[in-house]
Order: sequence, then C-alpha cells, then structure tokens
Amino acid sequence: MGGQKKGGARVSEDAEEQSPQRLQAILLADSFATKFRPVTLERPKVLLPIVNVPMIGYTLAWLEYAGIEEVFVFCCAHAIQIIEYLEKSEWYSHPNLVVRTIESHKSISAGDALRYMYEQQAETSQIQGDFVLVSGDTVSNMPLADLIQEHRERKKKDEKAIMTMAIKQSKSSSLTHQSRLGTDQLFIAVDPLTKQLLHYEEDKIDHPRGSVCLDKSLLESNPSVLVSNDMQDCYIDICSPEVLSLFEDNFDYQHLRRHFVKGVLVDDIMGYKIFTHEIHSSYAARIDNFRSYDTVSKDIIQRWTYPYVPDINFSGNRPLKLGRQGIYRACDAVLSRSADVGASSVIGYGTKIGDGVKILNSVIGNGCSIGSNVVIEGSYIWNNVTIEDGCEIRNAIVCDGVKIRAGAVLEPGVVLSFNVVVGRDFVVPAYSKVSLLQQPTTEDSDEELEYADSSSGTADHLSGLNLQMESKASELGPDGAGYIWEVCEGAHDEEWKHSVAPIPKDKLAEITQAIDDDDTDDESVVPTSGELKSDADSINTDMNDPNDDYCYFEKEVEGTVLRAVEENIKVDLVTLEINGLRLSYNMESADCAGATFYSMMKLAVDTPHNSASELYKNAASIITKWKELLGFYVKKIDEQIEVIMKFEEMCQEPPKELGPLFTQILHLLYDKDVLQEDAILRWAEEKAGADETDKVYLKQCETFIQWLKEASEEEDEDDEDEEDDD
Amino acid sequence: MPDVQSMVAEFVNKLRKRKIEGSQATAKCTVELLRSVISHQRVPHANQAAALIDAVKAVGQQLVAANPVELAVGNVVRRVLHIIREEDLSLTTAAMAGLDLLDASDDDDIDNCKGIGYPAMSAAVVAAAARSTLRPPSLQTLLEGTPESATVPYTSSSGADSESKSKSADKSSLTRKLKHDVIEGVNQLIQEISGCHEQIAEQAIEHIHQNEVILTLGSSRTVLEFLCAAKEKKRSFRVFVAEGAPRYQGHLLAKELVARGLQTTVITDSAVFAMISRVNMVIIGAHAVMANGGVIGPVGVNMAALAAKKHAVPFVVLAGSHKLCPLYPHNPEVLLNELRSPSELLDFGEFSDCLDFGAGSGSLQVVNPTFDYVPPNLVSLFITDTGGHNPSYMYRLIADYYSADDLVM
Repeated sequence: MGGQKKGGARVSEDAEEQSPQRLQAILLADSFATKFRPVTLERPKVLLPIVNVPMIGYTLAWLEYAGIEEVFVFCCAHAIQIIEYLEKSEWYSHPNLVVRTIESHKSISAGDALRYMYEQQAETSQIQGDFVLVSGDTVSNMPLADLIQEHRERKKKDEKAIMTMAIKQSKSSSLTHQSRLGTDQLFIAVDPLTKQLLHYEEDKIDHPRGSVCLDKSLLESNPSVLVSNDMQDCYIDICSPEVLSLFEDNFDYQHLRRHFVKGVLVDDIMGYKIFTHEIHSSYAARIDNFRSYDTVSKDIIQRWTYPYVPDINFSGNRPLKLGRQGIYRACDAVLSRSADVGASSVIGYGTKIGDGVKILNSVIGNGCSIGSNVVIEGSYIWNNVTIEDGCEIRNAIVCDGVKIRAGAVLEPGVVLSFNVVVGRDFVVPAYSKVSLLQQPTTEDSDEELEYADSSSGTADHLSGLNLQMESKASELGPDGAGYIWEVCEGAHDEEWKHSVAPIPKDKLAEITQAIDDDDTDDESVVPTSGELKSDADSINTDMNDPNDDYCYFEKEVEGTVLRAVEENIKVDLVTLEINGLRLSYNMESADCAGATFYSMMKLAVDTPHNSASELYKNAASIITKWKELLGFYVKKIDEQIEVIMKFEEMCQEPPKELGPLFTQILHLLYDKDVLQEDAILRWAEEKAGADETDKVYLKQCETFIQWLKEASEEEDEDDEDEEDDD
Repeated sequence: MPDVQSMVAEFVNKLRKRKIEGSQATAKCTVELLRSVISHQRVPHANQAAALIDAVKAVGQQLVAANPVELAVGNVVRRVLHIIREEDLSLTTAAMAGLDLLDASDDDDIDNCKGIGYPAMSAAVVAAAARSTLRPPSLQTLLEGTPESATVPYTSSSGADSESKSKSADKSSLTRKLKHDVIEGVNQLIQEISGCHEQIAEQAIEHIHQNEVILTLGSSRTVLEFLCAAKEKKRSFRVFVAEGAPRYQGHLLAKELVARGLQTTVITDSAVFAMISRVNMVIIGAHAVMANGGVIGPVGVNMAALAAKKHAVPFVVLAGSHKLCPLYPHNPEVLLNELRSPSELLDFGEFSDCLDFGAGSGSLQVVNPTFDYVPPNLVSLFITDTGGHNPSYMYRLIADYYSADDLVM
C-alpha cells in the first residue's frame, strides 16, 4: 500500500448531505494490454502524455469535476512510477478528492484487479456502495451525478441491476468497420424502454459482413429490441458491490467486456442485469490504441473535452495560449519568424523551433528543440526531443528524449520509444516500432516483462542493453541507437488499423474494391440502427446451411469409424454412436450409409499401399470386417443406391485410385451381401439416362451388370423351379 | 490560516474548472473570499496597509490566473485593493489632523507634489495636491470640494507617506481601526454587488416608455430585473428575445419574462436584423465593460449592436459596477475569449463520421466562442448602479473605482 496519505479527508459538507454514501471510483491504472508497446515497457500507459498532460490527469480531473470524492488508483505495471507521479501532483492533497493507491503486481487483467479489490474489501471494506469503474486512460467530461442517481434508483427497484455502462453514439467507418477510436465495430442490443443491455458483441475482422446473431429467446422475452452498430462503449461503468463478488465467484473472468459482460448476459441463473446509459452532449472516449491516441488528441485540440483543454489548467498543467485556427502555444516557446505553424497544433513550454519549419496538426511537448527546415505533420512529439535540420516526420509518435539526426525521415505510423536515436539520413520504415529495449522473444516472457516489478526491471534491461548494443550495430544507422521491433505474425495486416497514421489510400481502395466485389454476390446493406419487433422474421438465427451440416456430419462419422477401427470397438457400439450423430445432425439413414461407406473407403485409401491390387485387398478386408456396420444402414434399396452413388463420387475424387477398382469392389459388396442386385440394377437403370461423362463407371461394370441380369433371370427360373418342386 | 488557504484553493479550483458562472456570482464569491482573507490576515504593527495589500494581491493573482476570462474577479480584487489604500489614507489624514508636529518625512511627499507644498501643510492638503498632480480633477471631486470624501483616489507616493507617518501615530488603535475599516468597506462592496440589480432596475422607468418594443439577446439577470421593474411601474411594452445560440439562454429569459407577465416574443439570433426596425431600444447585459467603453457580451451581441446602429436604435448596456474593468482591450491578453465545447453546436454522435477517421481526408472543425466584443462607438448608453453614462465617460468612472497602481497585478 503505497502512500495512503489521508491528505484531503476534509470533504465539503454540503456534498455529503446530498448523498448518503461517498461517491467512490476505482481507477485501473493499467490497461492490461500490450497495444502501446514498446512505449509501455518503460512507462505505464496512464502516464503517457496526451496533448502534454498524462492521461491519468484527464481521468482524475474529470472524476473530481463529476463529484467523485474518493478514488482508488489500482496500479500494476510500473506502480512506483504512478505513485511517484501522484505524490508529486496536486491530486494527493486535493480538497475534494481523496486519492488512494493500491498496488498489486500479480494482477494481469482487470478481472484480477477487481478480485484483489474484493480480497482487500474483506479486510478494510473500503468500497461502501456503488462505485464508478474506469480505466486511467479515459478522457471524458460527462457528468456522473445523474448517472449514479439513476443507477441507485434502479437498484432500489430491482436488486439484480448491478451495472450501468455508458455508451455514446459514434458512427463507425463503413469501409473498415472500425470506430473512430480504432476499435472493432460494436453491436449491442438494448431494450428501448428499460435500456437493459441484451446483447454485446464486438465485430471481428473475419466477420466483415456486419451480421449479428441474436438468441431467439431474446425476442420472445422482450417486446422490442433495439439493435445498433453505431454505439461506442466508453468503458465507464457504475457498478454495485455485487460486481466485485461476481468477479470473485467467476475466477476465469479476465476482461471486463469479453468475459464479464458476456458472462452476465448469458447467465440466467443469477439473473443479473446490465443497463446502458447513452450520453449525448458530453464527451467520453478511452485511449485503447495508437489510433485512438491520435483521435482523442484531435478531439482535445478541437475542444470536445472542454474544460479539459490545453488552455485551461485542469490538472497541474501550465495553460497554453490559444490562438486562431486552434493553435495552442506556450508563452515562452521560441519560434523562428519563418516557421510555419499550421492549424490544430500545440507547442509546449521551452520549445525552440528553427527557420523554415512546417508544423501541421501536431503536438509538440515541452523543452523540445527543432532545427531548421523540419517538416512535422500529424505527429506527436513528447518532451525534450531533439530534431535536427531537415528531418521529415509524418504521423509518428516520438517519445521523451529521442534524438533525430539531420535528414532522417520517419514514415507514417512510426513509434519511437524513449531515448531512441535515429541516425543521420536514416529512413525509418512505415509502421515500425523502435525501442532501446529489445523485443521480448516469446509471448510468455512478454507477459512477465510488462508486469514484473518494473522499478528495478527497467534498469536491468537498460544495463543489459548496453552490452548488446555494442555487439550489434544499431539498426537505425551508424550513429543511431535502438532496435526496430518485428511485427508479430498475423498482425502485419492489422498494423494500419491501429496506427497513428491515417489509413493509407491504397488500403482504402483495396477495401472498397473488396466490398464492391462482395456487392455483386449479395447486398450487404446493414442499416446503422433499427428497431426489431419480436414478430419480425429477418433475424438470422441458428439455422445453418444444410450442406455445411452434412460435411460436419460426414467428418464426425469418419472420425468415429476411424476410432472404431483403431480401437477395435464392437459394431453395436459404433452403430449406437453413429445413430447418436444421426439424431443430433438430423440426418436420414441413407446419409449414414453414405457417410459410413465413405469413411470406410477413405480408410482403405489412406492405408499405405503400393499397387491397385494391394488397395483392393485393403478395401476387401475392411469391408469384410465392417460389413455388419454398413449392413445396419443399407436395409432399403434407396440406401443401397445412395452407397453406390457415394462410391461413384469417391472414385471421381482425386487421386482417382479407386476408379479402376470400381467393378471389383462393387462385386465384392454384392458378394458380401451388402448390396442387393436390385439396387445395382436400379442404379444402372437410373444412370442409363445420364450424360456420357457420368456413365464412365456404368460402362466399366457393364459386364458385371449383364451377369447380374442373367443371374437374376436364372434365379427367377430357379425360384420357379423350386416352386414347381413344392 | 489553513482554513483560508483551503478556501482559496477550493475557489481557484472552481474557477479553473469553470464550475462557477456569471459575473455577479463570481464577483460575490471573490469579494467574500477576500473579506475572509483580510480578516484572517495578521497585521504587523508597521506597514499594515502594505501587508494587507500584499495578501490580497497574492490571492488575487491566483484567482485571476485560474480563470483569466472572468474579468469580474480581477475587477473585484482591484476594488478591494483600492478600498484598503483609501481607508489607509483616510486614517492617516485623520491621525495627522490630530498631530501638530509634522515629521521631516513629509518633505519627500512635498517634493512629489512638485513644489506646491509648504513645510507646514495639512495631510488633507497633501493628499489633495497629490491627487491634483496625478489625475485630472473629476467633476465629482470638484463639486464636493472636500478632500476627505471616500472617493479620493490614492497613489503610491501617498502610500509611502502614510507608512512613515504611521510610525508616529498611535499604532495599536490604528492597526485595529484599519482592518476594521477595510472590512467595513468590503462589506459595503458586497452590498453594492448584491444590490446592483435593484439599483439599475430603479432607473428602468426613465428609459422604457409606454408601448415600446425592447430587444434583448441571451439571458442576463440584470436585464430581467430591469424589464420587470418597468413592468411593475405599470409600463406596458413588448420584449423580443433573441435566443442566444448555441446555449439558448434566451429561452430561459423568455420563460421568466412570461412568468412575470410580460409580452414576450422569441426570435432567432439571425432574425435580429429583420426585426430591428420595429424595435425602440436594444437592452443587453454585459459580461464586462472595458475602460474605453467597449463591451464584452454574449456571442451575437456585436451583430445586434450593428443592426441597432444601422437603424439608429439606441443600444443600451446594463452593467453593475463590478463589471467595469480598468483594462483596455487593445492588449491581446485582455481581449480574451473562451472557446467552449463544440458539443453545444452539434451532436458528436451524429457527426462522428465527419470528424477525422484517420482516413486523412478533411475533417470538420467547430468553433464555439462564448463572447463578442462591441466597440464603444456602437453603444449608446451604459446604465450602471450609479446612473446612466456615455461610453466616453467610462474611463472616468473607472478612475473613481480603481487605483492606478493595481491595474497590473
């Protein structure tokens, strides 16, 4: 427990009178994600500056403004840095807001953090009632008092209403299915009257069509359901104490949304309910990835977050002067006369800018020095960065203490972590992430790195690093320092989605092209939002394509047969199993016959063999052994015909090994009494009218059929003879 | 002491977060805070006035820095400083009147008076002389003729003078008396600020006549009281209220006016020009009145003023004395505007697809300024709690309220 100062226990009395409980908040000062790597290896995410103020400053200022009286700051990674920051900041001695820190190094997810809070709760009972759950990277100016009141009243009426989450309208891009904040498109279903959350689903990339599956029972139990895809989850939740115990009970809940919300929605036994609250006029957003870092920065500069804007001192920051076109400038910034500072730019204290510099849409921190003829566009330069003459920086993030030597170029999407040095005239390729620390090699060590006790950790890495640096010449030019991180496999395509850089034009064109292609197949128009009545029939329920089902069924049967052969299971049992499958997939016994035969033949083909005769031997042995199983399903003529058709199909499949053996195996099946002559003859009759191409096998076994016909005639005669004998 | 400190911190915090709005409320809070600062300030035996001034200035600087846009804070701080200086002066003069002997230190003062002085001059004369050298004589002081009047401005040269004199005066009684008098003066200021609406409203009957049409924009408590006062005096007139986009405070004003039985019509801001020909007088409330007679008011006011000028309609500005700002708007530091959140203009959700997707295409920008500046030549009349004034007279009025030393804090 670091520094639990009772700094400002004096809470204004009238606030106390208004509400019986203290308004409390839990602030998760760790995102439990790795999206801000490599920057977060050296500094916790909540302390990263956004428009020159650490993110947590925005969150705390907003919580204070919204009337929260006590905040528990939950620190995980780099806890010491966070506590140090808070101790130095005004927040520890704030008259209206008591800030307490909670340290835990074991927690690796939001779920763990809340479980830890719950354990603490047993000892100290810090959380007295409903609380606000936010993460330390939230930028908002929404009023909370009404929302908390609403939640409390609802809770009084309905014990099960344990959480209210704030949502905000934000249209997602029709092309990339991605919100402004770079998160995946969100589908939610809400009861329009009670605002109860019924369904929550984040659209994944493999699902670009924008379809959503709702449970039928949802429509049965609710007279109307509002499904929308233009909502953004603000990750601001008003929770009742039950939420903590729910996390304790369900130890596998890790993620607040993916596990907890979905878990609560699915669970009918406890019957807990989650409600939504749509905010309209105020702003709320969470900085989840580099894209949202860019977007939220722009929103702050555009003053959507008022009064948390750079020209107001809201969190111990020195206010900047706001000029025309949204240019914020520190009063002591030194600008050359020929420097051109364009719209929506921020220039921090003590920054020097040389001749002919062009700055547009960028944020430049405190104490930077920028040489002459530098171009900076859409970039975020943090504090004490040195940029030498003639550099070009576009859509990049440059952390504290970086040196960019003359003539270097940063291509869009580059992230330079702390103290990196970019060599002279070096071109840093697009989307690369550069750090003085080497990229953790495996995923496991990866986890440890970020969540290890980082106070000593960072120093260790750095000392170890110096050794490595000498052995390996820098990847950033001869006079540079830093490692370019490899992009993780699979994530390469995604890189543009979450980067600070705007989506490149060719990528957009590609997506547009893809969508156009899709449009020719079928229309994929999804209305942004619409109300569905329960009698509407347009809902895509669990009904799947029957063809798909047959494939699955066939595979299952194949697996079963294979297992039966390997483990030498009794025929009865296998029959039982296949029957079970038949019922569960809603198949007919003809399908079973086909599938069983298919799997038997497949087994024969898969068994190693050198020649056709060997293959025949294999097939013969299998058929002989398992004819009973097959026999169970081929009791009717139709089923037998199905088997022959299946066989024919198989013969046509590559590698066509079975083709030449068609007649032989057919004969074998006849001999073993699996197939009756009627079936074969009927099949022959059916095929007689087919195309020439289809008749290949019919011709192959012409003689056999001829023989069959004769035999049957003979038999008939025999029968007659026998009858005569009687 | 920590009590005052935390009170200051809390108020600073409120100002910073823009939690407190409206110049009257801000002014009142500020003056009440300053009163408690003064009453808690320990005064040394020597230099009491300077100690008080320092304390008030220190707090004042914090407050002004917290929200430089709210000029009323600075105004009130300067008023309080002025009161301290003035009380100090009157005390010294009173003390000196009781003394037959003059200290040699008076000579410094006389030197300052550029040769007017004689060795055996009364303090009152000294003060009057100081005043006459540093300021043009005001009509008021000329008419009153008595230099002891409360409106006597005071300058630093006299401050130095009082310091030295206080040594010879009866220290203990003086100390108590100064603080007491200052608090008394601040109390008067509080009363003045809270009573300014009534003072202004009393004059309504002289300005609003039967069957007139009055136009106003946005919402101002002063304007509301003014109109209602005229209504109470059985004047019948009509009011047009321009709604004051984007905050639409005009709607609230219209509601209040109707509740009080006035004939009210709401128009859009953009309809002001169309309606102005039917209007007999435009009355608006100011955010601040600058020393040159220019007005900072709610956004859209300049347009209304131009329309009034075009149609020769009197443009009347109501302002309590706490809104009189001793600064000139040439200074970019002073002509501040507050850009508020664009969400007052348009809905973020609806427009979220135009607000930069990272697609690099042009994105929508929204600017939402709070204030407008009306140059003095468009203003016909100011009505303050002391009566009606010409824009060109504002500098004079301001000189009566503020001491020249406090202009830069």
